[in-house]
Amino acid sequence: MKALNIIECAYRATIEEQDDTIVWLTHAMTAGGADLGLLLRGNAVNYAVRAQNAAGLAFGDWRQTQPPRLADDIASLVTKGVAVYVLAEDLALRGLEPGDLVPGLERVTRESLPGLFAAHDQIWHW
Amino acid sequence: MAERKTLTFALMDAPYESARTTTALRLIDIAARRGYAVNVFAYEGAVMLPFSRQQPHPNAVHGRNVEEENHLLTKDIVAALMKAAERNGGKLDWVNCSLCVDERGAGEAIEGVRRGSPADFWRLAEASDNTLVIGTR
Repeated sequence: MKALNIIECAYRATIEEQDDTIVWLTHAMTAGGADLGLLLRGNAVNYAVRAQNAAGLAFGDWRQTQPPRLADDIASLVTKGVAVYVLAEDLALRGLEPGDLVPGLERVTRESLPGLFAAHDQIWHW
Repeated sequence: MAERKTLTFALMDAPYESARTTTALRLIDIAARRGYAVNVFAYEGAVMLPFSRQQPHPNAVHGRNVEEENHLLTKDIVAALMKAAERNGGKLDWVNCSLCVDERGAGEAIEGVRRGSPADFWRLAEASDNTLVIGTR
C-alpha cells in the first residue's frame, strides 16, 4: 500500500513539539516500513524553505536548545527516499523560488493533483 | 521606574496543539521581565499547560536521547515564568479552571498553580489594567 500525507495546516505548535507532528509521523512510519509520500501545500510549503530559523526562544531562565528544524526534517525525508511534493501555485503565491528550498522536492501543479492522488492507495489529508 | 501594570490573560488551547500558546507565553514572559503583576486564567485545555506529570522523551527521528532532545515541557515554562516574575518584582498568579481540571483528571499541577472558577477570572480582569483573551480557534 502507498499513502500520501498532505500537510496544509502549518506551524501548528512546531515550537512546542520541536518539529512538525506529521513530518515526524512520516519519518517514524517510514522507518517502520511504510510507503509514504508527502505533499506540502498552503502555508506548509514554507517548511521547505532553507533560510528559516526558529532558534533563540527563551522564557525566563529557560532556553530552547533544540528548536524545530523543519527544512532539515524535510530534506532528510528526501534522503530517505520519501517523495516530497510541493504545490507550485502555493510557492508562487508566496514568492518562493526553487533556490529558496531544500533540494530534491517535486513541484506539482494543482491540475496534476488528481493524477498524484490516483497514484496512491490512500490519501491522508491532515 | 516604569509603572507596574496588572495584566490578565485567558488561555484556552491545550499544549502542543497551537502556536497561539507559544505566543501567549512569550507575551507573559515580556510582562514578567517588566515586573508586572500577571494573572492567567487557564480555561479548558489550557489547564494542561502546568500539568506536573509531563515527561520529556527521547526522539529517535531526531537521533537524540532524552537529554539531547531537551523537549519543551509547558510545565517548565510556567515555572520559569513564575520565577522570572518574582525575580523582577512582579508575580504570576496562575489559576486553573477547576471544572476543566476535574473533567480532564489534571489535578496534579506544579507548585504555585491554584484552582479557581470563572468568578476568579472576572475578579482578576476587574482588577487589571487590561485583559487579553486567547481563545481556541
